[in-house]
Amino acid sequence: MVEIRWHSRAGQGAVTGAKGLGSVVATTGKEVQAYALYGSAKRGAAMNAFNRIDDKPITNHETKMSPDYVFVIDPALAFSDDITKNDKPDTKYIITTHLPKEELIAQIPELQDKKDRVYVVDCIQISLDTIGRSMPNTPVLGAFMKVSGMYDLDFFLENMKKVLSKFPQKIIDANMEAITRAYNEVK
Amino acid sequence: MAKKFELNEVEVWDGNYAASQALRQAQVDVVAAYPITPSTPIVENYGAYQANGFVDGEFVMVESEHGAMSGCVGAAAAGGRVATATSSQGFALMTEVLYQASGMRMPIVLTVVNRALASPLNVRGDHSDMYLGRDSGWIQLDAFNSQEAYDLTLCAFKIAEHLDVRLPTMVHQDGFTTSHKAQNVRPLQDEVAYKFVGDYKPVDDMLDFTRPVTHGAQTEEDWHFEHKAKQHKALMDSPKVIDEVFKEFKELTGREYKRVESYMMDDAEVAMVILGSSVETAVLAAKELREKEGIKVGIIAPRNFRPFPFDLIRDELDRENLKAVVCMDKSAPGGAMGALFNEVAGALTSTKARPMVTNYIYGLGGRDFSIEEAQRIMKEQKAHADAGHITTQIQQFSGVRGPKLGFYETRRGK
Repeated sequence: MVEIRWHSRAGQGAVTGAKGLGSVVATTGKEVQAYALYGSAKRGAAMNAFNRIDDKPITNHETKMSPDYVFVIDPALAFSDDITKNDKPDTKYIITTHLPKEELIAQIPELQDKKDRVYVVDCIQISLDTIGRSMPNTPVLGAFMKVSGMYDLDFFLENMKKVLSKFPQKIIDANMEAITRAYNEVK
Repeated sequence: MAKKFELNEVEVWDGNYAASQALRQAQVDVVAAYPITPSTPIVENYGAYQANGFVDGEFVMVESEHGAMSGCVGAAAAGGRVATATSSQGFALMTEVLYQASGMRMPIVLTVVNRALASPLNVRGDHSDMYLGRDSGWIQLDAFNSQEAYDLTLCAFKIAEHLDVRLPTMVHQDGFTTSHKAQNVRPLQDEVAYKFVGDYKPVDDMLDFTRPVTHGAQTEEDWHFEHKAKQHKALMDSPKVIDEVFKEFKELTGREYKRVESYMMDDAEVAMVILGSSVETAVLAAKELREKEGIKVGIIAPRNFRPFPFDLIRDELDRENLKAVVCMDKSAPGGAMGALFNEVAGALTSTKARPMVTNYIYGLGGRDFSIEEAQRIMKEQKAHADAGHITTQIQQFSGVRGPKLGFYETRRGK
C-alpha cells in the first residue's frame, strides 16, 4: 500500500489532483482511494487531500494515515502546517518552494533529520509559466513520478490527457508541459 | 432518446458520482431536488446529464426539500419513475413528506448521503439522518463504499417498484467518507443496467384518465389503522423481493449482497455490529486482531436497516461460541441506548445463547473511526467474554474528548 497526504489550500486543486492521480493509477489495474478532509472550507483555507494505492481492494476508511509521500503544494504550508505529522522513517516529502532545498530545510526544524528525503520543486512558478495561473496540482504529480519512479513520464502524460479530456486542448497541453517541467526540475 | 454514456470497465468514482450514474441509467422520469451538502453532486451531476441529453426525464428545481419530496410524490402518483437525493437538514425537512410517500405506497428512490443533524452545524457524516428515517415506512439499504452506492441504487428501483412491494426505498451512503472518496467502481453499461432495472410499471396512476383514482385520502379512526397495518406487512414481506433482486444482481455482476452481511462469524467469540463505511474498517481491524493476537472477532453489518432483519441478526447471534457483542451507533442517542443496540438487544432476548451486549456511541459529526480504536473496543469485548460479565458500563462513548462517559451497569453474572 502506498499512502500520500497532500497539504494544500482550498482552490489549489488538490482534490482534482488526487482524483487525477487515482484515475491514472486505476488504469494499470491497481485499486485506489482519493479523498479530502474539508468541510465548509473557503478558498485559501489549509486542507488535506489523500491517496491510497494498493494491489488489492482498499477497505480502510480511517481518514488519518501514516503517509509514504507528503506533497506540500503551497509554499507557506511547509512552515505553518504540521507536514511531518504521523510520518514514517522513510516518508518522502515533495515541497513546492522557490527557495533552494538547503535554505528551505534550514528554516524548518522538523525536516532537519529528513534532509535526504526532501525534494523541492517550484510548482507555483511552473504553473504560472505554463498554465498561466497558480495551479500547482498537476505539476506536483510530475515531480512525484520522478521521485517515486511509479510510472514512465510518457505513460503518465498519456493517461493524464484522458483524465483532463473535458478541458480545452490548450489547457491539456499546458498541463502536460507543467508535468514535464516538474518531472525534470524536481531536486 | 437519451444519449449513451461512454463508460470504462473500471472508473474512479466517488459515492455521489456513482449514485448519480445509477439514477441516469435507470432513466428516471422525474427528479425533483433541492441540493444540500454532501449529497449536492448527485443532483448536480444528474442536472448536467439532463441538460446534455443523457436522460429523457424531467428535472424539477424546487424551493426546499419539503417541496422536493412533495414533487416526487406528485410525479409518482401521476405514474412515473421518481428519484431524488438529500442529506441531514434537508432530510429532516423532507420527513413530513417521507411518511406521506410511504403511506401512499409511492415507489420513490431516495439516495441519502448521511450527515450529522444540527445543532451544532456540521456538514460531515454520521447516521443521524438515516436513523431519523427509520420509522418512516421506507425500505432502507446501506452502502459501505461507492461501488455499493451504485449497485444498491440500481437494486433500489427494482425493489421499490416490484408489484409485491410498492414501497419507497432509501439508499444510504456515508457523507464524505463514501460520498467524496473516489474509488475503483465497476459500472454496468447503460443498456445492461437499464435492462436489470426494467421498465416502470405504473399502478393506479393518476394520468390514466380512463380509471380515476384518489391518492392520500383522509381516513380517521375508521380505516387509518388498517392502512398502517397493511403498510407494515408490506415492509415485513419485502425481504423476499429484496433477496430475489440481490440474487439477480449477483447473477449479472458477481457482486453479492445480503440483508445482513457477516464476516468471520463462524468461530467468533466476540462480535461488532456496525453500519456504513465503518464496516469495512472494522473488518480490517478484526482480521488484523485475529492474526496478531488470536482474538476471534466477527463483524455483523445490517445491509438492510429497514425492514430490520430481526431474524437474520438473531441467526448470526445465536451461536454457542459467541460471548460478547458490541453495537456501534453513529448517531446521538438523545437520552436512550443507541437504536442499533436496542434493536440488536431485542433480537437477542429470544436466542438460546444470549451473549452479553454493550453499546458504543462513536463517530458523531464525522469523527474519524480508526483501526486502533476499533481494536481497543474489540479487545474490551474479549475482556467481558473472559470475565463472564460486562466489565464496563453498558453504554460508552468512543473517541470523544472530556471526562469518560458511560451509563448503566450490568445485573447479570457479576
